[in-house]
Amino acid sequence: MSLNPLVEIRDLNFTYDKRPVLQGINMTFPRGKLIAIMGLSGCGKTTLLRHIGGALKPTKGYVRMDGQVIHELDQDGLYAMRRKMGMLFQFGALFTDMSVYDNVAFQMREHTELPEEIIHDLVIMKLHAVGLRGAQHMMPSELSGGMARRVALARTVALDPMLIMYDEPFAGLDPISLTVIGDLIRRLNDALGATSIIVTHDIQESLKIVDYVYFMANGVIVAEGTPDELRASDKDFVRQFVHGEMDGPVPFHYPGADYRQDLNLRA
Amino acid sequence: MPVTNILRAIGGRVVDAVWRIGAVTRFFFLTLIYSGSCFRRFHLIIKELFSTGVMSLIIIVVAGLFVGMVLGLQGYETLKRYGSESALGVMVALSLVREMGPVVAALLFASRAGSAMTAEIGLMKATEQISAMEMMAVNPIARIVAPRFWAGVISMPFLAAMFSAVGIFGGYLVGVVQIGVDEGSFWSQMQAAVDFREDIMNGIIKSLVFGTVVTLIALFEGFDAPPTAEGVSGATTRTVVTSSLAILMLDFVLTAIMFRGA
Repeated sequence: MSLNPLVEIRDLNFTYDKRPVLQGINMTFPRGKLIAIMGLSGCGKTTLLRHIGGALKPTKGYVRMDGQVIHELDQDGLYAMRRKMGMLFQFGALFTDMSVYDNVAFQMREHTELPEEIIHDLVIMKLHAVGLRGAQHMMPSELSGGMARRVALARTVALDPMLIMYDEPFAGLDPISLTVIGDLIRRLNDALGATSIIVTHDIQESLKIVDYVYFMANGVIVAEGTPDELRASDKDFVRQFVHGEMDGPVPFHYPGADYRQDLNLRA
Repeated sequence: MPVTNILRAIGGRVVDAVWRIGAVTRFFFLTLIYSGSCFRRFHLIIKELFSTGVMSLIIIVVAGLFVGMVLGLQGYETLKRYGSESALGVMVALSLVREMGPVVAALLFASRAGSAMTAEIGLMKATEQISAMEMMAVNPIARIVAPRFWAGVISMPFLAAMFSAVGIFGGYLVGVVQIGVDEGSFWSQMQAAVDFREDIMNGIIKSLVFGTVVTLIALFEGFDAPPTAEGVSGATTRTVVTSSLAILMLDFVLTAIMFRGA
């Protein structure tokens, strides 16, 4: 996809408690692109994101970002790498003892020596970008789910990261908030010239905004392509996922004992 | 094989206990190693001093007053049998400064501030705030744990001192104002008998040790809590139970070291 990608994943395997979670994953994330990793709950999407962030070490293979293999970095190296990343957690993960303003200012105060006047202007600009300048004095407990997600988004891009990761950014949002967040993700990616990775199972909203999609199931990549290619795909799994069909390769019924046996019926 | 199962269960518990002791020790040293940044930004410790120390003052003052009043009442009844009512001030002061001040204040601190610290950090973990901090390249031990640890260690001697001071006042109210013990002998005998190095310093050392242990247990339990409602609830309970037992056991050890033969 690109000669100089920001993130490369090669032959990534991860086993947890003897259970293979990721198997032979190969992905490429070119600079400036917005890429989605989709799949059902429990297919290994978030685990993959945690490998990119350096929270987990692979059993085999590697994640390389900006020329450096993540799991080979020591703590200082990993922290230096994380300063180039931003991550939006599923429910925002805002610091509940800090106001909206302080949440967004947090990284600036921790990682820079900027005077408070400049931090103030930067925070106001970030909050303005997500439409919540007026909510700067509110506490996280006073925000709706969509507002909390937008504040978290402002905090994620506070230091203009090279790589922005989104873990289920659309989960639990009403339709308006969902569109707003989707639009913000695309606009922020383009405005900052960043590379974004969205882990989600919200197919309709994601296909509207992303450049490329990887589909995962049971820890492996089962399909990949542009949104148009996936919409036109005749692969059973992709068709079931994209069109939300009840039955297909992903069965409606969880595997269990014989139905008649469970109901204690005699043959 | 029931015997095998019992042995396996005992072995599992022993291994778990040894693992936890190792984990707490490692956590303690990491806290010390990463404490530098919170001393450079002392406002972080001051913020925690307010929530752990200042917010515990009311319970300490009220409890101290009642404990002192009970000591005054019980002390008077006992000393009266030997005609030594005038030594009531000494008895109340030594009981509080040497033992009850540090111990009861630490028990109250564990239930009020310790449980709050565990619940707060456990919930921060459950709501991914700690993961978010790590992803922002901010060390949570340096940013969350260290300021709370030092706030706990610093607050405890002040809370114990406050407990003892209010307790002595409670003993005075009952002994002198209500019962009528001579005020002059109440204060003068206290002043003559209570030694600064022997009694007050040892009480301060005790409260520093209790503050360190209680805060460490509270922070470790919060940090180690499974990120679920049940996990946080269990961790909070463990903080109060483990801290209380640790305070009482350490009190015996410290008392034996400090006052043996004194």
